[in-house]
Amino acid sequence: MMRSLYGKEINKWIKNDLLDLQDLDRSEIELILETATAFKEISTRDIKKVPALRGKTVVLLFFEPSTRTRTSFELAAKRLSADTINIAPSSSSLSKGESILDTARNIEAMNVDIIVVRHQCAGVPDILARYLSASVINAGDGMRAHPTQALLDVFTIRERLGKIEGVNIAIIGDILHSRVARSNIHALTKLGANVTACGPATLVPVGIERLGVDVCYDVDKVIRENDVLMILRIQKERQKSYFLPSLREYAKVFGINKQRLRQAKEDVLIMHPGPTNRGLELSADVADGEYSVILEQVTNGVAIRMAVLYLLSGSHTK
Amino acid sequence: MGIIIKNGIIVNSDDIADSTSDILLEHGKIIRISRRMKTTGHDVIDVAGKLVLPGLIDCHVHLRQPGREDKETIETGAMAAAKGGFTTIMCMPNTTPVLDNEMIIEAVKKEAARVGVVNVLPVGSITKGMKGEQLTDMYELRAAGCVALSDDGRCVFNSQLMYLAMQYAKPLGLLLVEHCQDEFLSNNAVMNEGFYSTLLGLKGDPAVAETVIVARDIELARYLDVKIHFQHISLNRSVELISRAKQDGVKVTAEACPHHFTLTDKDVSSFDTNTKVYPPLRTDEDVDAIKKGLQNGVIDCIASDHAPHTVEEKEKGFAEAPFGMIGLETSLGLVMTELVDKGIISLTQMVDKMSTSPARIFGLETKGVVKEGYDADITIIDPEAEWEVKAEEFMSKSKNSPFIGRRLKGKVDMTICKGKVVYRDYI
Repeated sequence: MMRSLYGKEINKWIKNDLLDLQDLDRSEIELILETATAFKEISTRDIKKVPALRGKTVVLLFFEPSTRTRTSFELAAKRLSADTINIAPSSSSLSKGESILDTARNIEAMNVDIIVVRHQCAGVPDILARYLSASVINAGDGMRAHPTQALLDVFTIRERLGKIEGVNIAIIGDILHSRVARSNIHALTKLGANVTACGPATLVPVGIERLGVDVCYDVDKVIRENDVLMILRIQKERQKSYFLPSLREYAKVFGINKQRLRQAKEDVLIMHPGPTNRGLELSADVADGEYSVILEQVTNGVAIRMAVLYLLSGSHTK
Repeated sequence: MGIIIKNGIIVNSDDIADSTSDILLEHGKIIRISRRMKTTGHDVIDVAGKLVLPGLIDCHVHLRQPGREDKETIETGAMAAAKGGFTTIMCMPNTTPVLDNEMIIEAVKKEAARVGVVNVLPVGSITKGMKGEQLTDMYELRAAGCVALSDDGRCVFNSQLMYLAMQYAKPLGLLLVEHCQDEFLSNNAVMNEGFYSTLLGLKGDPAVAETVIVARDIELARYLDVKIHFQHISLNRSVELISRAKQDGVKVTAEACPHHFTLTDKDVSSFDTNTKVYPPLRTDEDVDAIKKGLQNGVIDCIASDHAPHTVEEKEKGFAEAPFGMIGLETSLGLVMTELVDKGIISLTQMVDKMSTSPARIFGLETKGVVKEGYDADITIIDPEAEWEVKAEEFMSKSKNSPFIGRRLKGKVDMTICKGKVVYRDYI
């Protein structure tokens, strides 16, 4: 049995990797959230460090560029006293499609403990996890999964509302291309929330209802009926690839602004995984306004990632 | 001096022999079939009750030569074909350079002749360079020995060009073969559009990407009264369209691949890039429709779409890996295990799908039947042999198969081409 930082005995984490929240059951998600609660406090101290991962090596293998997630993971690892290494294989056309396994095997040969990987292709973390004995954490693979993002989102909601079960949550935007949406849908449905997917019909994927969500194309209705509005980033390329007739129309019809929010519930939460396109999916004053918990999400992100690194480093299944 | 195959049970598309026979092969032909043949002066191979089939024909194979000899060559492909029980294979033109002129067709034929082993029949392209802009010199390609034309890998997207291609080819009697895919609808998709593409966050190819081209070509073929052959049919809806067209008398024929009646989009969940193929693996409903289509004759033949890729190319993220899997060496095993053994088609139907109908469709008049006067292309199979698909046992240069590790029942025991043994299974 592992001891939590408060000396309580908690369930032991047994998986070697964190690839997709689809693979976790409710109790495993609860364990991560509970562990994160304990770690959140550390970041408020004067000396923001505990020796939990001292002597461990964490590699941040980011094939896709990222500042926020990578920094968050790096801070999380360093606050646990781990040694961190950043590897960003060049995304030039020469090395495009280089053998991922080759790169990873080379890294593993240096005896690293945890590899945090982000890649533009879904499934790459799974391939790594299959062939490497180091623990693999998925920091975002293509459109498929971003487990730690969803975990920090869930953590934020629970911290603010006291629960997840029965909470009405709307995910608004480009669901089709969003790994954040997919991971959140897994986490939220497993914890008993009522999830609605909302967006232009071309951006709501086929069969999404089978994942346990409702679909609604009426943003105003969705705003009225939900306790949490999770807003997704619209990538500007979507207009070029014909999914949206124009960003202008998207902003007008789906953009969340103060005017629209007047019909929202009194204590509605506005969330966004970042980075925000102010003026497109949400207005600046909403992003910075009283309902927004966007910055809390960022803070909680470090705590969640500390929890995940901590739990995975303690596993003995390989 | 010829070869006598002794004690085999002959299976043709219309009949299974109720007792063993002996077959004399000489000068590349089936000379005589009878009981208790006198063997003096000939080599004798006693097959001890195994099934004797007309040489299997795979009408959809990628040999990668010229241009990508790292993946496969005419030689290694021919060896793989022989091991898979095929005595005739048709190689697709999407090589580098494309098989769109007489010189390159001659080069392929010459190499195929040098290799020997199995009959390699080149399929020329419909458009020059497969660019979809200008028709190839079809009379020249026919004279050079092409049995059919295809832009396989792409469809001829410009409808007027396809219209003209069909019109031009008609008096030649040259069969056009279509890879049905509207690339705009596919939009760089990597798997079937459906629940699993949504779950896995992979770009989904909608069924209509295939069906709109199937429907279009049926209309063109109906209007111009020409033959058309559809490659790798993968969908319930495509089977429906073809069934209806056949009922209407349109001269459509179609093929299906073993992976499309064995695997589904759910199998992509492992992110094994060997499950990445075009057309993509579809749903359970589509698999059932393909099986029914084979059962009732809407789908005329089975082809592998053998598509070798190197380990380096397949060892990439799913979205970045190339499409395709090898299939020559697993085709028969999958057909026996998934279709014959499960009672979906009979042995005679299997012979029809894998030999007689391909011969008929592509005008190979001396093949596809075990009968006196036909070519001495024979496949001998052991229907009871159980075996496991192993990467190291592939004769193909490439190993990109999602069936590695799968246990199959039904194995090629011997392959005879032009009266010579070109493959023998040694236990």
